[in-house]
Amino acid sequence: MSAVTAPVASAGAESVRSPWREFWRRFRRQKVGVIAGLFLVALVVVAILAPWIAPYDLAAPDYERVLEGPSWAHLAGTDAYGRDILSRIIFGARISLAVGFLSVTLGGVAGILLGLVSGFYGGWVDGFVMRLCDVLLAFPGIILAIGVIAVLGPGIDNVIYAVAVFSVPVFARLVRGSTLAIKQTVYVDAARAIGVRHRLLMLRHILPGTLPSVIVYFSMRIGTSILTAASLSFIGLGAQPPSPEWGAMLADGRSYLGVADHITLFPGIAIFVTVLAFNLLGDGLRDALDPKLKT
Amino acid sequence: MLNYLIRRLLGIVPVMAVIAVLVFSFVHMLPGDPARLVAGLDATADDVALVRADLGLDKPLHQQFLTFLGNIVQGDFGTSLKTRRPVAEEIGERLMPTVWLSVVSMVWAVIAGLLIGVLSAVKRGRWQDYGGMVLAVSGISFPPFWLGLLMIGVFSVDLGWLPTGGYGTWQHFVMPSIALGLTVAAVMARFTRSAFIEIFREDYVRTARAKGVFERSVIWKHTLRNAMIPVITMVGLQFGFLLGGSIVVETVFTWPGLGRLLVDSVSFRDYPVIQAEILLFSIEFILINLAVDVLYAFANPEIRYR
Repeated sequence: MSAVTAPVASAGAESVRSPWREFWRRFRRQKVGVIAGLFLVALVVVAILAPWIAPYDLAAPDYERVLEGPSWAHLAGTDAYGRDILSRIIFGARISLAVGFLSVTLGGVAGILLGLVSGFYGGWVDGFVMRLCDVLLAFPGIILAIGVIAVLGPGIDNVIYAVAVFSVPVFARLVRGSTLAIKQTVYVDAARAIGVRHRLLMLRHILPGTLPSVIVYFSMRIGTSILTAASLSFIGLGAQPPSPEWGAMLADGRSYLGVADHITLFPGIAIFVTVLAFNLLGDGLRDALDPKLKT
Repeated sequence: MLNYLIRRLLGIVPVMAVIAVLVFSFVHMLPGDPARLVAGLDATADDVALVRADLGLDKPLHQQFLTFLGNIVQGDFGTSLKTRRPVAEEIGERLMPTVWLSVVSMVWAVIAGLLIGVLSAVKRGRWQDYGGMVLAVSGISFPPFWLGLLMIGVFSVDLGWLPTGGYGTWQHFVMPSIALGLTVAAVMARFTRSAFIEIFREDYVRTARAKGVFERSVIWKHTLRNAMIPVITMVGLQFGFLLGGSIVVETVFTWPGLGRLLVDSVSFRDYPVIQAEILLFSIEFILINLAVDVLYAFANPEIRYR
């Protein structure tokens, strides 16, 4: 009994700050990560307020001003239908962010649950889940997504499912690893000893411990997912015209290279900056989570 | 070593089996009747029944699966719905352009990634390091298809130096391989940097330095060899990336490869081609992973006996 109580007491003395506050304190020092995070918060706000912020109405093209370069009236120029590109990009932020968040949340939740169960129970459950992950990881991500879209049909909703599928094994492996480590800790032993049910043990005692690394992956996966979704739309398997999805806008601009380069310039910048921000945020979170990883 | 090889080969059998089942059931997951899809929308009920019998879709599922497996083993992937030619022929024509594009992209990307990664690690914390890592994180976030479009705009349309697309001469390779290799180069640079920094901390590197070995020799002799093991693994994993990336890049540059064939097939719902391609891509990916594992075991005996 003393073997159980002693480490608990010392652990309590050490963690005057809760792990989350410690995490936050370290993250605040990651200047680049904080700036990226603030940028993303601003982008989310812009996306939510799109109808009030966008200077032009998407449904009202101006046929007098077709393929015009950037000007004070149209800061990012107009496309082949005289639509304001800046307004389309602002509305497009809604699509890209929604696809990124939804697909990673969907895939992440499924992966986290699989990883928890797999790591907690071990044995054949673990073997089965890990082989399943092997198979999913055996397909290059975008091929898997194209396979899913071939079955479900093109469209932005199906892109969410397609992209979600290949986040599942990534999160499952990650959470399984942390679960195996946390399962050995004294507080889990203690909870087990007082007869806490398995489900509660997993969700309340093990899951929180896996979350910091999940958050790091979450940020990085959103960047990748946005890029993949834009790729799928670009090759015509995702968002369909006239949707202002960024990848679809780039596909539109292809025909006007050399005539109106700004059509391909601005949506590309939007994708690049957004994905970059998620990656930098992910880097910052990772460094804050585990300074040893900062190499 | 032989033991390890056999074990690894046996290990891919279940994965292959599951993939075969998935690819087989793919046709049955499609909305609607596959026979109707093949026969066309204006076909009569009799025509559809004829096609169904012709494709063997009227037989029990397990029998269909066995026929499917048998055909694959013999290299028979059915007939393309779009061109009415054997799928194996269609894919055969498209294979080499994709392989060459992947190889060219991979070679420059790995060399560039290694150089940038090593430079960043050696000059850790100095401007070369920051420059290299800014390049790398930007490269990871850069949409390859956007880079392709930007290059076409500048080098083909404005300057007229390079062809906008197509396949044939070395000029055709320049832009597609840059667009395709960028992400790989960036990932390699980041990874090489951390692998090197890790090994710089090892005792034997400190010993080498302490006994006065030239810094250049420390880097290229003592460190490189040990850092190469994780780096080789990473190269293998990047091939999967490249397979995926080729789909988008081939579309930008109208490259006559497997990636564009897949995109066209999905748009046309040419399911025999989709089936064959997904199977091919997966097998390729699995074999590359296997090759990496074997190389890895070869370089690091510890793994063989685990």
